[in-house]
Amino acid sequence: MYGVYYYSFKLLIEFNAMPTLAIEIKNLTRYFETGKDTVKALDGVNLQIRTGELFGLLGSNGSGKTTLIKILCTLLYPTSGEAFVSGINVVKEPEKIRGKINMVAGEETSGYGILTVRENIWLFSQLYGIESGLAKKRIDALLKLLGLTKRAHTRIHKISTGERQKMNLCRGLVTDPDVLFLDEPTVGVDVNSGRTIRDYLLKWMKNNGKTVLLTTHNMVEAEEICDRVAIIDKGKILALDTPSNLKQMLNNEIILELETNIIKNLSLKYEFSKVDNHEKNTSNLRFLLKDESAVPDIISELSEKDVKIKSLYKSEPTLEDIFIKLVGRNINE
Amino acid sequence: MNNFERNLRAIYARAYVRIAGTNRELSWIFFTVFLPLLGISAYIYVYKATADPEILNSLLTRVIIGGATLAFWMNVLWGMGNTFYWEKEQGNLDLFFMAPISRTSILLGMALGGMFSTSVRALATIFLGALIFKISFTLESPLLLIATFLLTMIALYGLGMLFASLFLMYGRGSWHVTNLLQEPIFLLSGFYFPIKFLGFHIAFIASIIPLSLGLDSMNQLIGGNFAQEWALMPLKIELLALGILSVLFFYLAIKSLDYMENLAKKEGRLTLKYL
Repeated sequence: MYGVYYYSFKLLIEFNAMPTLAIEIKNLTRYFETGKDTVKALDGVNLQIRTGELFGLLGSNGSGKTTLIKILCTLLYPTSGEAFVSGINVVKEPEKIRGKINMVAGEETSGYGILTVRENIWLFSQLYGIESGLAKKRIDALLKLLGLTKRAHTRIHKISTGERQKMNLCRGLVTDPDVLFLDEPTVGVDVNSGRTIRDYLLKWMKNNGKTVLLTTHNMVEAEEICDRVAIIDKGKILALDTPSNLKQMLNNEIILELETNIIKNLSLKYEFSKVDNHEKNTSNLRFLLKDESAVPDIISELSEKDVKIKSLYKSEPTLEDIFIKLVGRNINE
Repeated sequence: MNNFERNLRAIYARAYVRIAGTNRELSWIFFTVFLPLLGISAYIYVYKATADPEILNSLLTRVIIGGATLAFWMNVLWGMGNTFYWEKEQGNLDLFFMAPISRTSILLGMALGGMFSTSVRALATIFLGALIFKISFTLESPLLLIATFLLTMIALYGLGMLFASLFLMYGRGSWHVTNLLQEPIFLLSGFYFPIKFLGFHIAFIASIIPLSLGLDSMNQLIGGNFAQEWALMPLKIELLALGILSVLFFYLAIKSLDYMENLAKKEGRLTLKYL
């Protein structure tokens, strides 16, 4: 009986001792000198990520996402400001953080081609001092969950991109980190592998109370799995909220989607994003409008430019619309 | 899990890559065992054709020992010195540097792993060289010889760690420096001739290279009267100097690793991808 009280009390103390913020960033800047120019990779970033949260950082190439992760992973010094992981300063006490974190990057080429998938993951687990037998048990379990068991004894120079990404994720998870940094983990991965990775990640987080900071280009991915999302551009956080709250920003606006024939170098009075579908030989034009009165204007302008409209409909706002509204361009541009 | 045990595991894991990797490409046996013999054969035939028969065996012993230790120098220069460069190119460096281990463990693991094939090469050169060219060794104090060899290796790998830290910051540049170092050090280390032939002053300066002193010491122990006569310094002084170099290179390497890592983090040169 006393044992139950003791362990309940111990658990309570441990729970209270856990920092509620997994990551805290205060006015962080990072500049890079590139010849004559200075690139502002991060420009006064402030961010708080709660323990147990899956936090998404959305930004186009060069927006500062990777720089932020590198700083948090103790691989890069900030120019100014402070960053904390599990309450520990990343610059002042990096050695205290390293055992608690891990990172997986998209299109990562790490590992040794001459070793097998299982050996490579084992190798990196040893850097964290995990007992070899335990590491191998964890590796086998992870490989099974991610559908890689058949490739366990294949040398990594023979595996596909999707398999490699799954292997990288196993490498990141085998050390059971408190905070996992995922830098575009599903980039270049097929739809099924991407889904497997996302599903497993959610399971892992739920069962263990872990924190994940995910950077991505993939808006659907962010919308689907992230608790909160920040939009970053030119080193600045432009917006931060839950995906549904962010979409509320466009409550008073209308999203108009048009399917047309493919027209190169199309410029119109109203701003729009355009995605070409070469298989169907169509373009999808997406307009963010203040009110419906602009619709006839758009149609007549398109007719004047010989654009053939195949379909037209109003749609729900997505994170991509928010991104375009805030940043002024598509995330892939 | 304490810090020491974690670092031991890291050393073992990094060494495993080299050992497993080597054994999976069996062609290494040919390259490691037979090709180096061709290199020393040239010197052996020149000495056989020209040297005084009284000193011939001593000279041939020197060639064999030089050929054997050359493998370690190549491992230090190309393997260890460029370790961080290779790891960076391969995308492993950031994973090593964000792990809770000492940077020295990565290098030690690399060195120990590399020593596997290097030791096979060295032993093959000694045994096959002695067998084929009928060379006899005068081995009076095998324990002292082993101790001298180990001391030389400690100093040499300390120098390798220093190179590794210096090359941490420089990508392709380190490649050129390595090339630049290779040939002059072949000459200054006296792999195949008594270094004293270069004149005392040049030989004395060259003795900052642990191999020069190590080879000279080992030759004193194994090469008979001629080797002792042409020794750079008395054995005790050379061993003392090797001990000092071991401590000095390790100290400088650790300081330099710290400094270079900080500089690389400041300038953003630790990883390939940024922004």
